Amino acid sequence: MNFMALKQPENSLLGSESDSQRTLYPYVTGTSVAALKYKDGILMAADMGGSYGSTLRYKSVERMKPFGKHSLLGASGEISDFQEILHYLDELILYDNMWDDGNSLGPKEVHNYLTRVMYNRRNKFNPLWNSLVLGGVKNGNKYLGTVSMIGVNFEDNHVATGFGNHLARPILRQEWHENLSFEDGVKLLEKCMHVLLYRDRSAVNKLQIAKITKEGVTIHQPYSLKTYWEVSAFENPAQGAIGSW
Amino acid sequence: MASSGFQADVKALQKHLAARHLIYQHQHNKQMSCPAMAQLLSNTLYYKRFFPYYSFNVLGGLDNEGKGCVFTYDAVGSYEKVGYSSQGSGSTLIMPFLDNQLKSPSPLLLPAQDAVTPLAEAEAIDLVKTVFASASERDIYTGDKLEIVVINADGIRREYMDLRKD
Repeated sequence: MNFMALKQPENSLLGSESDSQRTLYPYVTGTSVAALKYKDGILMAADMGGSYGSTLRYKSVERMKPFGKHSLLGASGEISDFQEILHYLDELILYDNMWDDGNSLGPKEVHNYLTRVMYNRRNKFNPLWNSLVLGGVKNGNKYLGTVSMIGVNFEDNHVATGFGNHLARPILRQEWHENLSFEDGVKLLEKCMHVLLYRDRSAVNKLQIAKITKEGVTIHQPYSLKTYWEVSAFENPAQGAIGSW
Repeated sequence: MASSGFQADVKALQKHLAARHLIYQHQHNKQMSCPAMAQLLSNTLYYKRFFPYYSFNVLGGLDNEGKGCVFTYDAVGSYEKVGYSSQGSGSTLIMPFLDNQLKSPSPLLLPAQDAVTPLAEAEAIDLVKTVFASASERDIYTGDKLEIVVINADGIRREYMDLRKD
């Protein structure tokens, strides 16, 4: 019998009582988002998969959403937390519009807001389990930033989340340059998405490309990439393997 | 102010201090001196003594007389005025070398001896570049690019240098 059992106050973070009050692990998740600046604005790509652990449960999840006049938000990680963030942002944009003063929140301001939200949730040990990509154009200025679930944030000419950090960013570092045309930008993003499709087990072959320019946001219809699996090593994989049968 | 550690905490801390600096300027109609900011940084860090800013800082600037000063911190606000310092993952590699080159008089000496290191600006910048190039060789986290901020009576200047990218 345990007379000296540890007595914890109700509100401590140790123990099962308080675990129901905060995020411990993600459930339905989206994989990488990749984005880059090009001549007229920002291009962003994400596939439409929502995984439930190792199951590819949902295949039509829109992980990029426009909001306000100037911004586009893409997210990887927990889908329900992404939906909550969209709810916060709707409220933010609403209050901004209600001022009716001719001013509107630009992507830089929204990025700052999201950084504060993610960081403060992390400090309360109840994170929004997402990595966000925020892109936009305001007054001719292109902006592309990212925030992680622990509040790490920065802006750059090209960003990626999740596996994209490891697979897409090296490609972007090598091949990105200023003033990419729309076609070249899409080609470059598709190259990244190709690699992710081959090598990220949670990627699905149904992706969307989104574009934001000073004219506004366009999220294109979903489509799939052509893949090639006739690699000779896959045809007879056991051929050279000693001891295999 | 140069900070090493968890980037989100570093950004939050620097933002907090920038806001406090702005308030100071509004209230006192002058810039904060480096020793004043040094105390503010210490207090800000200790305020979160039981949920610290994971940030390892070195503060550099000019005091009220226009002389250079360097303050070095730990994550919870212990600080000391020194002639030179390093913090972060490469500090174990850099600090012994700085000790060798800049041998500071002990803070325990009486009468107190000036901690200001007798280096010319060009020598100091060269030393910084050498030290980071060396740290990049052996510390996996140090590398890519170096930013050097030079603060003197003429103002603030920045220099950049590429480091090993592996």
